Amino acid sequence: MDNFEPLIAVFSCHYCSYAAADLAGSSRIQYPPNIRIIKVPCTGRVSVNHILMALEDGSDGVYVAGCLKGTCHFIRGNYKAEKRVQYVKDLLSEINIEPERVQMYFMSAAEGTKFANVALEMTEAIKKIGHSPLNKSRS
Amino acid sequence: MNTELRIGVFICHCGINIAGVLDIKGLCEYAKALPNVVTAQANLFTCAETGTSAIKKAVKDNNLNRVVVAACTPRTHEPLFRASCKEAGINPFLFEMVNIREHCSWVHRHNKDAAQAKAGDLIRMAVAKAAFLEPIETFKSKVEPLTLVIGSGIAGMTSALALADQGFEVILIEKEENMGGLLRHLHKIAPANVAASELIEEKIAAIKKNKRIKYFTSAILEEVTGYVGNFSVRFSCGNDSYTCKVGVIIVATGGIPLRPEGLFNYDGKNVITQSELEIKLKKRDIEAKSIVMIQCAGARIPERNYCSRICCMVAIKNCLYLKDIIKDAKIFVLFRDIQAYGVENEALLLKAREAGVRFIRYRPDTPPVVENCKVKIYHPAMGKEIFLPADLVVLSTPIVAHDDAESISRILKVPINGNKFFLEAHAKLSPLDFAFNGIYLCGNARYPATVREATCQALGAASRACITLSHDTIERVGTVASVQEELCSTCFTCIKVCPYNVPYINERGRAEIEPMQCQGCGICVAECPAEAIEFKYISDKQIMAACEALLAS
Repeated sequence: MDNFEPLIAVFSCHYCSYAAADLAGSSRIQYPPNIRIIKVPCTGRVSVNHILMALEDGSDGVYVAGCLKGTCHFIRGNYKAEKRVQYVKDLLSEINIEPERVQMYFMSAAEGTKFANVALEMTEAIKKIGHSPLNKSRS
Repeated sequence: MNTELRIGVFICHCGINIAGVLDIKGLCEYAKALPNVVTAQANLFTCAETGTSAIKKAVKDNNLNRVVVAACTPRTHEPLFRASCKEAGINPFLFEMVNIREHCSWVHRHNKDAAQAKAGDLIRMAVAKAAFLEPIETFKSKVEPLTLVIGSGIAGMTSALALADQGFEVILIEKEENMGGLLRHLHKIAPANVAASELIEEKIAAIKKNKRIKYFTSAILEEVTGYVGNFSVRFSCGNDSYTCKVGVIIVATGGIPLRPEGLFNYDGKNVITQSELEIKLKKRDIEAKSIVMIQCAGARIPERNYCSRICCMVAIKNCLYLKDIIKDAKIFVLFRDIQAYGVENEALLLKAREAGVRFIRYRPDTPPVVENCKVKIYHPAMGKEIFLPADLVVLSTPIVAHDDAESISRILKVPINGNKFFLEAHAKLSPLDFAFNGIYLCGNARYPATVREATCQALGAASRACITLSHDTIERVGTVASVQEELCSTCFTCIKVCPYNVPYINERGRAEIEPMQCQGCGICVAECPAEAIEFKYISDKQIMAACEALLAS
């Protein structure tokens, strides 16, 4: 298991975290290559189904990255996303899957460093948890 | 869409930015083998003329109906490639962009194999998503050539006059009895050295004379509905209520200096604020010989964590005017960091120091203490506490948002930040726009600004507004949500969750979303329990397809 490289899906909002990822890039901040960004207009667009689907389809972890609280481009999309992420966590706990596989993060478009740190933090965390039991093709 | 999918993938070298890390040829080969991909080509710079021509040519030659570009960030280059698609004769929304530069080659430079694999994954996900792209049309609506300006400080008046001068009618509302805003109480403006009253009276006279501007004082904004080009506004003025239709709205509600109750023994007599000092300067009613100014009074602390930006320059300006009136005045300025940006303000700072004003730095953990006619301060250079004589203590308090900022933000459905300043769509890319189309922003309502900055912003906001006003109709892209009535169970969820109160129940008893009003966040789409809301721009099918392609099949 030493060389387990997790696959992590990220739902990034166009206005903040996607831009933060761009900034991490233009600042050449290096982070683990385990994340795959799926861009959405607002994290409020991300439904419970989308998160579950990303898990079912083979990712070992999923996180939703929205704007800082109070600065959502669409006023309160990130609060909605936070609630849904919590809902998914509860759901996962009930079926004995580690709820830590799913997280919500908040960052501003100016926080390239935070984006990279979150990618690192999540990768490390999932490495510790191990393969997703839903990831049939890999386990 | 029964026609066969024909996807073209264009992979950019971006010079060595991408090609220096990734094997572009390998990615092309990989992309060619993906389902529905007809052609995959590499470009040295896809965004250059040669690149966009190559897209157009490939669309024609291969009869493509979907285009995927793997290059830099869609945040800067998507509009360009959409335009290329349009020129090539396919709907600009049958285009998908994948970022293999900022999100891959630049951030995984030292791990080329993993970067290569990730780029392949990202392209596979984009191609999978592209299969479910749908054409999106634009639609038109009429523009009312009228502007509502809220607030008549320097910013509000400047934008009202700028719009009127360009031939547009303006309605200017002010909640106070008099127009003029903060400047009414100020003494002189630096570095221009102009009396504030002169500046403001000139503007007020111009507004009163201008036939295109209707102004209302003691007016309170009550309700705003509608969308860009077609807002319905209701406001009250005394006992009268007015309604009007406007095309755009400019928010210039300003800010107010913090009253430092409980800070540094503030009493309004011997310990006053900079704005109270300006009133005294105006009346030349100052006798104090030893004056101590304290910067960042109530700012840059946990409950108000921002720098108010203008107070340092206000303090420097007032030091100089004080020195003019009382030649032998001893003035100390206790500061944390001096913010006197720009050549002229820097020169004023130098002038103040030459005039004998002493600047002493303090640290937030050893703040000055105001006692009877004395200020105790730890002098970092002397390494000990000293007492400064103070007949008058002047506190430089930050500009804070008005109490009604929150209610105005609710009425207009535009966001405010944690400090209750209005939040622009993007600090750099669209600093005077709100995310909500047709509403613009300038002056202290946005963030503390000097008169010059507020004026610039006001002119900028007016010119942003003119872009909309100068057209009879405006086009909007249909990246919006729409209800499929046959699936709607009238559960009111969309009505509850929409941040802009757009959905309503129509005469058939089903939810309906007015496309002109929808901002396209997709919150209702994700919440609708019946999945009755369609969002063609980023549909469930597209997201699911991208998820399914996370792992190579």
